[in-house]
Amino acid sequence: MQYMLLIYSTEGDGPDDPAVLERYRAFGEEVREAGKFVAGGRLRPTSTASSVRVRDGELTVTDGPFAETKEHLGGYYLLDCDDLDEAIAYARKIPAAERGSIEVRPIWEVPVRA
Amino acid sequence: MTELERIFREEYGRVVAVLIRDLRDVELAEDALGDALAAALVAWPRQGVPDKPGAWLTTTARRKAIDRIRRERRLEELLTHLENDEPPEDEGIPDERLRLVFTCCHPALAAEAQVALTLKLVGGLTTQEIARAFLLSEATVAQRLVRAKRKVRAAGIPFRVPADHDLPDRLRTVLAVIYLVFNEGYSATGGDVLTRPDLMAEAIRLGGILAALMPDEPEVLGLEALMMLHAARSEARTSAGGELVLLEDQDRSLWDRDQIRRAIGLLDRAMAYRRPGPYQVQAAIAALHAEAERPEDTDWPQIAALYGGLAAYQPTPVVELNRAVAVAMADGPGAGLALLDRLPLDGYHLFHAARADLLRRLGRRAEARAAYGRARELATNERERAFLATRLETLA
Repeated sequence: MQYMLLIYSTEGDGPDDPAVLERYRAFGEEVREAGKFVAGGRLRPTSTASSVRVRDGELTVTDGPFAETKEHLGGYYLLDCDDLDEAIAYARKIPAAERGSIEVRPIWEVPVRA
Repeated sequence: MTELERIFREEYGRVVAVLIRDLRDVELAEDALGDALAAALVAWPRQGVPDKPGAWLTTTARRKAIDRIRRERRLEELLTHLENDEPPEDEGIPDERLRLVFTCCHPALAAEAQVALTLKLVGGLTTQEIARAFLLSEATVAQRLVRAKRKVRAAGIPFRVPADHDLPDRLRTVLAVIYLVFNEGYSATGGDVLTRPDLMAEAIRLGGILAALMPDEPEVLGLEALMMLHAARSEARTSAGGELVLLEDQDRSLWDRDQIRRAIGLLDRAMAYRRPGPYQVQAAIAALHAEAERPEDTDWPQIAALYGGLAAYQPTPVVELNRAVAVAMADGPGAGLALLDRLPLDGYHLFHAARADLLRRLGRRAEARAAYGRARELATNERERAFLATRLETLA
């Protein structure tokens, strides 16, 4: 089943240190080689975010993220894991887990009709 | 509890564990077992209880599950898997309860959900029984259980004993859940009774099941010994009128010597592994209390040293509080008070009760009165409040 690993950390606390970047690269390689990787990426800072809302058919676009919080969504991995324990085992290897936190959410499975 | 109810509770965890393994669905497993228990209620009084009630229930529940799956016309591959599988032989039901324990106590579940699921699935208690034990409404417990079971399924919490490298962490959670059940029985946080013996007995039974499933884990034995030692003294902990009686004032002839002996036997077995841990240390402390014929025979220096050891595992102010009390007994109330006054426990009633007691022994009556008053304000259990009020009166 697929799990979304959402990386939350303090803005500006991204992986700019070459040693940390190297750990992300190694992690990406590990999940790809294990056949777990579905998608993943680092988000640009919240200063680049736009929020879109439609109310009564009326579009509003505002500058900034949906909610102003101390910890921001900084990136994600979408992994295909056997179960929650495996997803947690990968989540703990993401460097941001040591300073921020990784939210692990199962993807709603839509039954595929044969 | 009737004979049938007793058998149902004994067999529940073992049977439901096998069903969850085969059906991969906690709710379906419980529903099928419910059907089987209903069938047993009709069949057993007429035909007699089968020799292997667990095997009977497992076989019947599997049939009921197949019926349910057929009715719902889903999980077709599962159906083939179940139908091709041999029905369990009488002696052949594997014990899958260990996987069940680890699923129920998975850290991704909230503590109250872990407790409710463990009591329901491993302990075989009904929703109503759990609600009564924790002074909650049945609807609240039912909702907690439904949410927890949904999370198990939706989040993909596995039905598996964790891998070796995760086992120490995960076992800690399991032991904490069982000890939480025990403590709610040993000193009820609310209501007008001090202890709930049913809940203590249930926790000890769960501890026993776990010890049988993991015979080489000294901390499991340590926890079982610890709970038995506390429970062995619980009779003497309340007076005929239901008032709290402190350890030093207890009638030690009311202690269950046989249970104490068995608990110390377990503790000896645990310590032989030479892998100490916090439950073994706490059991060793409880054993020193239990072995003292009279309060003045208590080996306080040894107890103070053991609390020092416990603080290494659990560096919490509450452990330090207990150490301070033991030091006061070993080296005098002044030495204990000096340790106590450093602790950040202003919101904890037992801190003020302990302080009050030391101040009283030092003859500082006004300060003792103030501390007893503060303890009484903070206590939530009616019996404890009454006890503290009596203490206050003796100082008036």
